Amino acid sequence: MSFVTVSDIFQSYGKRPILERVNLEVAEGEFVSIVGASGCGKSTFLRLLLAQERPTRGSISIEGRPPAQEPDRDRGVVFQRYSVFPHMTVRGNLIAAEELGGERAGLLPRFFGARRREAAKRADAALERIGLAHVADQYPASLSGGMQQRLAIAQALAGRPRVLLLDEPFGALDPGTRLAMHAFLQDLRAETNMTVFMVSHDLEEAFKLGDRVLVFDKPRWDPIEPEAWGATITYDFDARDGGIPFQNRPFAETPTSQAQEDDHVPQV
Amino acid sequence: MRWINRRPGRLVAFGLAALPFALAVLGYVIASDLRRAANPADKLLPAPAQILDTALSLATEADRRSGDVLLWLDTSASLIRLAEGALISASMGLVFGLLIGLIPGIRTTLAPFVSVISLIPPLAILPILFIVFGLGEVSKVALIAIGIAPVLIRDIAQRTAEIPEEMIVKAQTLGASTWAIITRVALPQVLPRLIGALRLSLGPAWLFLIAAEAIASTEGLGYRIFLVRRYFAMDVIIPYVIWITLLAFLMDLGLRQLHRRAFPWAGPAT
Repeated sequence: MSFVTVSDIFQSYGKRPILERVNLEVAEGEFVSIVGASGCGKSTFLRLLLAQERPTRGSISIEGRPPAQEPDRDRGVVFQRYSVFPHMTVRGNLIAAEELGGERAGLLPRFFGARRREAAKRADAALERIGLAHVADQYPASLSGGMQQRLAIAQALAGRPRVLLLDEPFGALDPGTRLAMHAFLQDLRAETNMTVFMVSHDLEEAFKLGDRVLVFDKPRWDPIEPEAWGATITYDFDARDGGIPFQNRPFAETPTSQAQEDDHVPQV
Repeated sequence: MRWINRRPGRLVAFGLAALPFALAVLGYVIASDLRRAANPADKLLPAPAQILDTALSLATEADRRSGDVLLWLDTSASLIRLAEGALISASMGLVFGLLIGLIPGIRTTLAPFVSVISLIPPLAILPILFIVFGLGEVSKVALIAIGIAPVLIRDIAQRTAEIPEEMIVKAQTLGASTWAIITRVALPQVLPRLIGALRLSLGPAWLFLIAAEAIASTEGLGYRIFLVRRYFAMDVIIPYVIWITLLAFLMDLGLRQLHRRAFPWAGPAT
């Protein structure tokens, strides 16, 4: 049973096609890396998953629900930059993740009294877990890039989304911090079994973190008018176990991949 | 060493900064001396001592006719008008700026209108304000508000639109409504910018205040200057101008301090 279903997506800006015939089924808990050259539509695809844009044709649904019209709580997101609120403290950012969409977020979307103390307690627990407890009262501007992204991920997860969308989340980090962030993200996944889509420029990172690696590219190329055709998913790799998922475990133990192979032939 | 690489030390820097002020004062003293040597009763460039005398009596002695101490009477009248005008403009700037910056439907409706309104020279419609609101306080405050509100609205709308799309999307994925985004994401981020915009608008605000007071008023700093102009009372005008300059400086300083204290996350005020 597929969790995220992308069916026959076309997206064009004006007359210019960006994506064409994108089909995808993703099971719950899968980590999908998305790679491709610049301008191949991978960020557009992420915006479509986020419902920040509506596709020209086709639809995306999560758990079989009708396609979203705007970004909602089903989708958590971390961008490369600007993912945390600069005017809130580190703790405030995590509390805000609950406040902004709280049920009684009426006239004043803010918690007071006991509710705020409880939210602060949860925020502090989360900060302890991601190793930011010592900077809870500081503003994001005083944090390093890696710490900001850790906070951004924790904030996105505090909203309890169905899928987590990462748009080059580690693109602006130095190599050492990037490795630490990989470990952080892998630990987090092991805990939550979250369905993740990650757009990345870094192939190594894509294969290391992803269960699947999708490559976006243009299957048709007009040398006179390069913009005449849109991109689609040209490769769909199984990246588990270092890219060799079937060699070191019995075939019967991989029912999900078996199901995928059946109804989802990689479009080469 | 190149001139662009020569940096003055602390003491030299202070001296250099003080130099133009000292030269201006010196120039005045010399010119005043020369004129008074030719005509001891000269009114155009009174001696510094005489200016100081008049300033002191303006600030401490009650007016013989009305019984008020003129400087404080004028100052409080002007500052109240200025504060009312600035407060109204700042509120309008925030409300309309946020709505125009965030909500496409309102932007389409109001942005062209505000742009056109901001092109009207405020002083050109001062007579209309006097006719409509009478010669009292309302027309003066209205002139300040009409003069600086469009600028503030446009600036705040621009700043709101500059908030990274990522942050707005992130708030939406956390379930925030439009109202929650306005109050928790956009408003706190444009508040420091509002202070910056207000600091820039204080110059025009003073201009409109003094213009309105000069034309129709019974007290106020601008009124006093234009009143005593008839008697060539430079010994009153000069202290008033210095006093207005000092007030403007203090307001700017106050707003800058407020920016620093209230918004520690926003970095230093420029």
